[in-house]
Amino acid sequence: MAVLVVAEHDNKTVRKATLNTVAAAQKLGGDIHVLIAGHEAAEAAKAAAQIAGVKKVLHADAPHLGEFLAENVAGLIVSLAKSYSHVLAPATSNGKNVMPRAAALLDVQQISDISGVEGADTFVRPIYAGNALATVQSKDPIKLITVRTTAFDAVSLGNSAPIESVAAPADTGLSAFVGREVSKSERPELTAAKIIVSGGRGMGSGENFTKVLEPLADRLGAAMGASRAAVDAGFVPNDWQVGQTGKIVAPDLYLAVGISGAIQHLAGMKDSRVIVAINKDEEAPIFQVADFGLVGDLFQLVPSLVEELKK
Amino acid sequence: MKILVAVKRVIDFNVKVRVKADGSGVETANVKMSMNPFDEIAVEEAVRLKEAGAATEIVVVSCGATATQETLRTALAIGADRAILVESAAELQPLAVAKLLKAVCQKESPKLVIMGKQAIDDDSNQTGQMLAALLGWPQATFASKLLLKEDKAQVTREVDGGLETVSVRLPAVVTTDLRLNEPRYVTLPNIMKAKKKTLEVLKPEALGVDVSPRLSTLKVVEPSKRKAGVKVADVKALVDKLRNEAKVI
Repeated sequence: MAVLVVAEHDNKTVRKATLNTVAAAQKLGGDIHVLIAGHEAAEAAKAAAQIAGVKKVLHADAPHLGEFLAENVAGLIVSLAKSYSHVLAPATSNGKNVMPRAAALLDVQQISDISGVEGADTFVRPIYAGNALATVQSKDPIKLITVRTTAFDAVSLGNSAPIESVAAPADTGLSAFVGREVSKSERPELTAAKIIVSGGRGMGSGENFTKVLEPLADRLGAAMGASRAAVDAGFVPNDWQVGQTGKIVAPDLYLAVGISGAIQHLAGMKDSRVIVAINKDEEAPIFQVADFGLVGDLFQLVPSLVEELKK
Repeated sequence: MKILVAVKRVIDFNVKVRVKADGSGVETANVKMSMNPFDEIAVEEAVRLKEAGAATEIVVVSCGATATQETLRTALAIGADRAILVESAAELQPLAVAKLLKAVCQKESPKLVIMGKQAIDDDSNQTGQMLAALLGWPQATFASKLLLKEDKAQVTREVDGGLETVSVRLPAVVTTDLRLNEPRYVTLPNIMKAKKKTLEVLKPEALGVDVSPRLSTLKVVEPSKRKAGVKVADVKALVDKLRNEAKVI
């Protein structure tokens, strides 16, 4: 029995989500192999070989794998899956896109977004925006799983696993990559940040995110996030969204500013170690989950918080 | 071009979900049900494509219990032309739904299937990708922009860290993200008109699909609750707590 972990990478480095997924794989027992599917991705394969607990890295390299198109990557996973008891990928936008496609081709009912491993066929996963936790048992011969990365502590580096080349199936030609607009930022990535400063509808405008919230994030070296309300209002881009339908985060410190705390938002951040809420409405539900709450006008409190942090 | 839209009936997003005392699931009796919000965006997108002259017919499909007819009527009121209910009282998991939708697609031969990226009840985020796989069609998930160009669709996708654009050959499956559009309110005249539109009921057996679940739910529990903390008097007290008590900065 062996477990295949589909790595999240950018052809050069391996993203942290992969380390959390390997941690989940370790709970299953058995050898762990990591798949690097990419183009000119030798460096990413070398990085994957350093992940603790990995027995072997499988490296499939082809131009049509470079952009991680679901049609091509799913075909590759299917070609490898028969040798494994489990195939795991992080529940990132790539993992969510590719894994169900591979699962259907294998006639397997995927288990999405697991937050716990109870046994080789039994897993815990949040449902209803995390308002309930279901324990499910799979009857399928191969388990295809996406992993909620915040639920598993990343494994360390310090290994030199062998790298083996594997063949990639031909380009399906069904889809083509056109382009990418990556939000350029000096800030840490939202899902990997230790501190997140998040704004809600109470921010009032996108300009206020820049003028009021950004200095605080700069001061703390924090990533910036937002509630769905702020995204819907057009204040900030969608990839800032924290919540049921956005990103799931669990930083050491989460500062919720002008966020009322709808259950859909809480679903994305309630596992943070320390939560601070700043809101003018003292009845706001966000205070029910906040470790430290500050009631008042954020436009006064946030600048004075920045000043206080300088001391 | 014919567009098929798949929708799911779920507990309304405003309802505070309660776990049943016996741990068998969540309370669904006497709870407000609605169309999954992402599916509503899918219906809206199809109607806009028809209004723009890019689509000729919109068929809306759902798989579920008899009461799902209400959800289909809502889709008809938004502007879908006719509806199909694959009626089953059994629990339908994403793979089973994808197989049912595949059978419907083979009957209807749509050029495009649109559905929500995820249902807000089981949060699986699988059905669209699975349907595309079973049909051997391309997929464009988490769409925030959809342009039809002859035999292709150009789709901008919401991905970690930004946006990505892909071009997929038609027929294809597209799953919707939040910013694709803002669904319209249904008007009373349209609700009345929707009552007269055709709603066909099919059975999984008639479609030759085995819908038996592959996952069994052993138990459902409430997550451990986070305790409310303290309110601090001012910014100085907050910084003091974060530095000296929580030690996170």
